Parts: sequence; structure tokens; C-alpha cells
Amino acid sequence: MAEQKKKILEVKNLQTSFYTHLGEVQAVRGVSYDLFEGEVLGIVGESGSGKSVSALSIMRLIEEPGVIKEGSSIIFDGVDITELDNKEMSEYRGNDIAMIFQDPMTSLNPVYSIKNQMVEVIRRHTDMNPEEALKRAKELLGMVGIPDPEQQIHDYPHQFSGGMRQRALIATAISCNPKLLIADEPTTALDVTIQAQIIELLKKLQEEIGMTIILITHDLGVIAELSTHVIVMYGGMMMEKGTVEDIFYNPQHPYTKGLHKSIPKVGEKNKERLVPIEGSPPDLMAPPAGCPFSPRCPHAMKICLEKPAPLFEVSESQVSACWLQDDDAPDVAGYKKYKGAK
Amino acid sequence: MSESYNTQKPLLEIKNLKKYFDKSRGLFSKEKRFLTAIDDVSFNIYKGETFGLVGESGCGKSTTGRTIVKLYEPTAGSIIFDGVDLATVKEKDMLPYRRKIQMIFQDPYASLNGRMTVTDIIAEGIDTHKIFDDMPDPNKAKQERIYELLESVGLKKEHANRYPHEFSGGQRQRIGIARALAVDPELIICDEPISALDVSIQAQVVNMLEDFQKERGLTYLFIAHDLSMVKHISDRIGVMYLGKLMEVATSDELYEYPLHPYTKALLSSIPVPDPNNPNKGSRIVLEGDVPSPINPKPGCRFASRCEYSKSVVYRNEGSKSFVDRLEGRIARVTLLHPETNELIVKSNQVITREIAEYIDSLGKDEFVVGRDRCFSETPELIEVKKEHFAACHYINDLDGTGK
Repeated sequence: MAEQKKKILEVKNLQTSFYTHLGEVQAVRGVSYDLFEGEVLGIVGESGSGKSVSALSIMRLIEEPGVIKEGSSIIFDGVDITELDNKEMSEYRGNDIAMIFQDPMTSLNPVYSIKNQMVEVIRRHTDMNPEEALKRAKELLGMVGIPDPEQQIHDYPHQFSGGMRQRALIATAISCNPKLLIADEPTTALDVTIQAQIIELLKKLQEEIGMTIILITHDLGVIAELSTHVIVMYGGMMMEKGTVEDIFYNPQHPYTKGLHKSIPKVGEKNKERLVPIEGSPPDLMAPPAGCPFSPRCPHAMKICLEKPAPLFEVSESQVSACWLQDDDAPDVAGYKKYKGAK
Repeated sequence: MSESYNTQKPLLEIKNLKKYFDKSRGLFSKEKRFLTAIDDVSFNIYKGETFGLVGESGCGKSTTGRTIVKLYEPTAGSIIFDGVDLATVKEKDMLPYRRKIQMIFQDPYASLNGRMTVTDIIAEGIDTHKIFDDMPDPNKAKQERIYELLESVGLKKEHANRYPHEFSGGQRQRIGIARALAVDPELIICDEPISALDVSIQAQVVNMLEDFQKERGLTYLFIAHDLSMVKHISDRIGVMYLGKLMEVATSDELYEYPLHPYTKALLSSIPVPDPNNPNKGSRIVLEGDVPSPINPKPGCRFASRCEYSKSVVYRNEGSKSFVDRLEGRIARVTLLHPETNELIVKSNQVITREIAEYIDSLGKDEFVVGRDRCFSETPELIEVKKEHFAACHYINDLDGTGK
């Protein structure tokens, strides 16, 4: 199946660091993945796992003192965008790759009306005249479920509620038919009933126009609702990758398993005690030499502390960066060994 | 378990509690604007249980917690703790109750003073309440107590002289818990204690709170918006919406057989961490947003978003004309002109004569309006089943099967 689909994005060995006065913060340390048309790739991880920085790197929105390091490549539609200069890159932003952020208020300019902001974006990226652009903006607002686009497009961001602002931003982001939409924690700042509205809206976009989406969140529930594929990140590295079924029904990395166990099951009747992951996330200024999860891992071996694990192929669709998959590792209950490193 | 609630005497009894904030604008403006953060809320908390309070932002759940410890002065109602109505206790006499009721806050960054060491932070309560003053060596007793507390929350003795910025979010929340425990409280109000923490750390804190409850017989009021965590930790749960309590039940009952339309929608909104979740696709998506809490309209607070608050007016029924029957009712759909897209009426807007005539002129055969009772009369919280309360006029028409 996947072979026939068009590859939209190929991220190879992405490394992004921030050179601060305190030292180098290695936010992303060698992440590689492919993204095919129509997929929804969920990137899940905790704060500081590098999930947002990896997405901002694709948009080339890493600002000083941050740097996408030598040896990283991000191939979008056949072009390595890490080699583009800022002007060339701005042709991609909005046109081909669009992004929505966590806090819809900070992404909208409070002194311009929704109309001004949407028309500006549409005209910047297309050759529509102002009337056409306004018509398109109203259509889009209607499509994302703003009840009265004709009137409400004249409103200012503060007159919109949080959910409506996020809708307006989604409308703006899809206004130029981008090939890829990056959604960075799109529902985190919203209440649960509004979150449900936005999830349904993103689902609709995916189903109706086949939008390719990278969805970044810390919420496994949101991932399960929307994603087709999932990457689990920790300490700047990819721990596990697979289809959404792989990650939820057959997780093979101890961190992924730990995450599943630390959230309460919705249907639970007899209260099971939660199983937390002991310890706390690594310091990215001085990340562990080996696997970033090794200090908290219940199965950590000597090699785990010394050397990060390569990506072991678990199945055709799933890889896990865990030494337990290695031929020389002992058998541990709950983990199946598959053949060969990728 | 449920039997015991009737016979037991509650540790905390909230009766008709109200908290209004005056938001009137301007010196000479005659119009009074009140933000009704809590509007006539009553519930009990029994000794040793965890009572969860859930709802969306602005529903009044945090204000309820803060009013109980009288960080806010209640507008009306009573807060009976251990037989004493705190609402009538003067500020200068509150000290002993503040010891018995402690609080843990959401933001572990903002709730610890950055200029105080961990020792100072934990010792503050001990000093204020003069806990070790009649001991032969109060300072030594205090120090030992602090070490003991630090260890019990999973920190080390060495941490005692450090400052909050040297700790991670999870560790800071542990300090906050140690501070609350330092004065041997009976009731702890946990105001979103895990919302700011990472998933893997949340479970650590929740387990710790559960352990302390078992060891010390603590009672918790657990305020949060994360519904699955609230269900996990609570024995009973109250659901709030716009300052009103909509439903109260034991946590299993509430999640399995929710009665109130709002609770149903709220529960079905939770994203389920299971890609093949059988209920996927049958989600109740609420329209619109939470209305303004300032001078709320009469009727059920949830009516403007409720599926069940709708009824249909047909053109051909009864003796009065279609226009007459529409006039004065509340529209429950947004109607745009089919060709020009011009707005005719917005959902939840009152249908004036002019609008009614417009709808009539479009040749519509029916129009969706609000049920009168939902928009005029505020429903009381009534016991629908044993230990299961809900505030909805039509609760008996809705099935309690959780659908």
C-alpha cells in the first residue's frame, strides 16, 4: 500500500540544537522518518522530548540561538529545504507547508480583523484579487464551522472564543491548499468539549480533502483519535515508530509501554493502581551517553547506558530503538524479539 | 459503600453556596454586572473520601475550592466544616480552620516563593500554627519533621536548603504537597494538582496522594478538568457548568450511567487512547461555546447547547398562525438566507416579530426553537436514583443507559 503513495516528506538524521550561554541544548538528536500523502503522523512525547522543535525545524522556524545542524536533511517534495535560503523557504511556508499552534491567541494579530489577516495570507500566496480572496476566506470560515462567516469575518480576534480562534487559524492554514499541515498541540489550550469540536474538524479535513498532517501532542487520546502513524519521542530521540495500531496494541519500547500504563483506563471498574515511570526526563544539556530513557528504564542493561540503541525493525511497519530487540539481549516478558536492525 | 453516605456525618457540608464577583463598569453606570462564579451549589464531602469536581474553564470549580478556604468571601450560603459554618467565622478566627483545610495548587512554579528555601517553605505553616512550640526543642522537632516530610514525598534531606528553581515541575509539586501535609490537615483541596505535569509524572503524584490518604485518613476535594484522572482518583464526582452543579454521583455510576445531557457530552468528548475504540464516531459534539457567566439568563445554564432543549414549531398545527407561534421563542438553529447567505437569525437569539415574518416568507414548514421550560426555569438538583443527583427538567425522559 505505502509504496504506491507519494512520499511527501523525508526527514533524515535531523539534529537541532540551541547554543545558549549555559551550553548546547540538544533538543533533537538524530530523527529520521518518511511521510506519505494522506497520512496523519502523530508525534507524541513529553515536554522537552523535542517534538515541537522537530516540527519547527521542518518549517525552518528555528531562531537564534537554535541551529539545524550539519548532516540533517529535510526533503520536502524532492527538495532539501535545509539548503534553501530564507527567501526561498518563505515560498514554502503557507503555500506548501502550513502550521497551526497551541495558543490561537498568540498566533493572531489582535489589531487586525480576521478578514484582514485571512485575506492577507490568501493574497500573499495566490494571485486572487481582494474580492476573490474575501469570498474564499468566507467559504473557508464556513467550512470550519464558524456560524455566520458573512458577519463574523469582520470581527477581531478578541471577539472570538478560543475554539473559534483555532478554527479561524485552521481556515487560514488550509487557505492555500498546503500539501502538509503541521498541527502543534492544536487542542491543548482548549476545553474538552471544544477540543472534541477541533478533533472532529481535523478528522473531516483529513477524510474530505486527504490532507497530510503532522500532529504533535502529549495526549495519547488525541493521537489515537486522529493518527494513522505514530512516532514516540523522548529526550530528543525517536523511541518507537509504527502504525497507530502497532503503538497502541503492540508497543515494543519500554517508554511507550510505560506511557500506556501511567494513564488511567477509561473503562476501568476496579481501581487499578497507576504504574508511573519513576524518575524524571533527561537534562538535554548533558543527555545520557546511551539511550535517553535508560536511567528510568526498568530493563536497562549495561549497553543501554553506553550506546543509544539503533532502530530495530519489529515488523514491516514498526521500529523500536531498544536494545532488548538485539539478538544478544536476554528475553524479557512482554517483549518479542524480531529480526534485524534497520 | 453507597449506604454509608446516608448514615455518615459529612466532614464538609456546602449549602446553597454563592459567589458573585461585581463586574459593574463605570462609576455612574446604573447597570449592575455580576459574574456568577458559583450559583447556589450544595454538596457534602465525607471523611476519608475523595470528592472530584470537574468542569470546563470558567465553570466555577476552582472558585468553589478557594471559597471553601475563604480565600474568597462567599456571597451567600454556608460552608459547614466539622459542625462550624466557616462562612460566618471572622477572618481573625479563621487560623485554626486554615490548619485543618490545606490547599495544593495547579502551578508548582507560581505557588512556591522563589526566594525561600524548601525548608522555609515547609516551615512557614508549622511556624504560623505554632505546632512544635510546646516541645522542649521546637527547632529540632521542626527540622526532623521537615526531613521526614521530604522523604515521604520522595525527596531527599539534601534538598532541604535548595530553592524552588532547582527542581523540576514534578518535584515542585511534591514540595507543595509536603507543605500542605506539614500542618496535619484533615481536608486537602487539590486544585488541578497534576494539570501542569507531564503524563509520566502525573501518575507519580496521583499515587502519592492516594498513599497519603490511606495512611493519614485524609479527605480530598480534587478539582480538575482531566476527566479520566478525576474518575481514577475520586469516590464521588460533581460536574459543574457555569457556576451550577449539574450532576453528582459515585464515580463508577457517573461514568457508566451519566444522566445529564451535559455530562454525557463531556464524557463523550474525552479522547480515548484506543484507536479501535468502539464508541469512535458516536461522539456527541456540543455546538458553540460556554456562554458568558455575567448576568446569566434564567433557565438551565446548559440550555443554549443542549440537544434536548429543542422542540419544533410546525407551520400547520394549532389555530394560531406560524408567525404568532414563532414570535418570542428562542431560535435553536442558525438560519442564513438560502441565496444571499445573509444572517436571518442566530441560534439562541429571541425570534422577534420581524424575524418570524422573515422565516414565514421563506416558506419553511418547520423551525427549531427552544423548549420553554429550559429557557425560563432553572432546574433543581434532584435525586434521580439513589445517590445520583442531576439538574435537568426532562431527566426522566432521558434514558440512563449512558447513551
